[in-house]
Amino acid sequence: MNNCSQDTKVTAKNVNVWYGDNHAIKDVSVDISDRMVTAFIGPSGCGKSTFLRCLNRMNDTIPTCRVEGELCLDGEDIHDARVDPVELRARVGMVFQKPNPFPKSIYENVAYGPRIHGLARSRAELDEIVEKSLRRAALWDEVKDRLQAPGTGLSGGQQQRLCIARAVATGPEVLLMDEPASALDPIATAQIEELIDELGRSIAVVIVTHSMQQAARVSQRTAFFHLGDLVEYGETDQIFTNPADSRTEAYITGRIG
Amino acid sequence: MSAPNKSLFTPGPRTRARNRAEARFRASGLAAILAALAFLTGLMGIILHDGAPAFRQAFVTLTVELPEERLDPNGNRDPADLARVTTFKYAPLLDAALLRALEEAGAENPFAKAKKLRALLSKGAPAQLRARVLAEPELIGGSLTMRFLASARADGYLKGRVTRESLARERKFTPAHLDVADALLGSGLLESRFNLAFLTGSDASESRPEAAGIGTAALGSLAMMLVVLALALPIGVAASVYLEEFAPQNRLTDLIEVNIANLAAVPSIVFGILGLALFIQFAGLPQSAPLVGGLVLTLMTLPTIIISTRAALRAVPPSIREAALGVGASRMQTVFHHVLPLAMPGILTGTIIGLAQALGETAPLLLIGMIGFVATNPPASPAEAFLAPNSAMPAQIYEWARRADPAWYERAWGGIILLIGFLLAMNLAAILLRRRFERRW
Repeated sequence: MNNCSQDTKVTAKNVNVWYGDNHAIKDVSVDISDRMVTAFIGPSGCGKSTFLRCLNRMNDTIPTCRVEGELCLDGEDIHDARVDPVELRARVGMVFQKPNPFPKSIYENVAYGPRIHGLARSRAELDEIVEKSLRRAALWDEVKDRLQAPGTGLSGGQQQRLCIARAVATGPEVLLMDEPASALDPIATAQIEELIDELGRSIAVVIVTHSMQQAARVSQRTAFFHLGDLVEYGETDQIFTNPADSRTEAYITGRIG
Repeated sequence: MSAPNKSLFTPGPRTRARNRAEARFRASGLAAILAALAFLTGLMGIILHDGAPAFRQAFVTLTVELPEERLDPNGNRDPADLARVTTFKYAPLLDAALLRALEEAGAENPFAKAKKLRALLSKGAPAQLRARVLAEPELIGGSLTMRFLASARADGYLKGRVTRESLARERKFTPAHLDVADALLGSGLLESRFNLAFLTGSDASESRPEAAGIGTAALGSLAMMLVVLALALPIGVAASVYLEEFAPQNRLTDLIEVNIANLAAVPSIVFGILGLALFIQFAGLPQSAPLVGGLVLTLMTLPTIIISTRAALRAVPPSIREAALGVGASRMQTVFHHVLPLAMPGILTGTIIGLAQALGETAPLLLIGMIGFVATNPPASPAEAFLAPNSAMPAQIYEWARRADPAWYERAWGGIILLIGFLLAMNLAAILLRRRFERRW
């Protein structure tokens, strides 16, 4: 029924995306490996965020958006009629560009996902998940004394780490990050990058970024998108030092984008 | 560009013209606000000035003898026998009491007959006395000191509305009655007091403005508001949530949207005639019932609630929806856990404004029979509050304003004070709820 391969975490084959008449993603095929950070780079409007949002079917919420092609998680087609996007999104977490904590307490922000998915059977277990998630997001030491304080009261960098904690609380196998550091200052960015590096050791992390330096710093693999095409995909070192395509070279040397 | 020797200290002609234009604009804005404030204070001043007297009422304290041979000829205190004695038998007792009160005050009865004095008291005074005696038969044979409602004319005299000149052409209540009133005032038996009955009582017949109150009509309004709240809020919120969060964008939903917006602009009397056709003629619900009034006002309030609820839902940032969907919440969980709570202040404000509009609505009530009807008794049970014929506050005010006696006019203004009080209270509630639920994101 499907011809998705089993050895990678996420497989995309000939994915096309339309926003109304606008052909946003053209025939993209990518294999994303487990326990690795994959970066999508490219100029604004190249479709990298659109493609990222396909991976957990966030584009379902946009009425004019149409996705074609094959997208598989662990060899299972995520567009299969039997797939409930809710379950998919619990396994494929997402962190957005702008920190968007719920206007609730820090604790509630992290506990929300596990609670709606029934991951904790008792309050103690939930407390444990919250602590573990906040620790994974390197936020625990800063907020452990004020878990009941509103999440919106934190600084921008802390808010983004809270969003990461919220995303990892459901125990995702893939974490999608849509320019997670673009709204943050350099110090907060460095913290987030360290976190991405750490997370990439245990799960598949896909990060969309404007910053080529960031891609070079945190990712093992890089995909370069241009005008909806996947121009080049390969080892990060190779993309940045010895790009195969002239457009990639033009972009990383600052001539386009 | 500009002249090299130009100083910063002398603004150029363009700048001066701009500054003058700005000053003119500010002045006109200030004038507009002052005009609005003047209208408002004028309106409030008139309402308070004309309506405040309705909250005070003249009473006459009389000591009435209750002779057994008159009230209980059989002497057995049988309730059935007592009930057979009508107010006609009680009225002369009041006349006698008035006469005695006059003598004690050291004044003379200016009339040939004691009966003439009765015009000082409300026409309902004998019934007031009879009701008391029927409730406490042991009073018969002794005497009773009790406060009776004064007539509207006597009340008007105390409030300055009735003067000797204005009575020149009246026959029943003459300037001589005012002499009696003066004597009773002197002895402290006639006095003006706070009139609780105005707040709690029912409407009275045309000749007894002094006995009329707005309480029953207020209960009618309350029943209607409960119906509106119970129906319009859930229906309105459910409709808005569906349209805003779930419905597909197509011709049909566009059509529905346009129609809801149009419905909000439909004159309320149209809803009244719709209610008459739908609820009374077709569904056979009782006429003049607050339930029907509430249903009609629900129809009228729904578009207001839907429009404000949708605006409140749209004001919730999409990033919150994305965040919830991103951690794997279903659409319903997203709406109920995150979007609705954030939209709550807007929804509540819209609902309360819709309710306040409905509370003051008179025209639709005209068509379902809640205006001509005069409820003289408060509803006996909660079911009756919804199903028995009743009026509503604005309808009652309209009814009073139509009646001839100036005493009714005063009641109408008093009713308006209460209505405005209710509206202010509701608006205050809206503000408080807004504050309470408001969150930052």
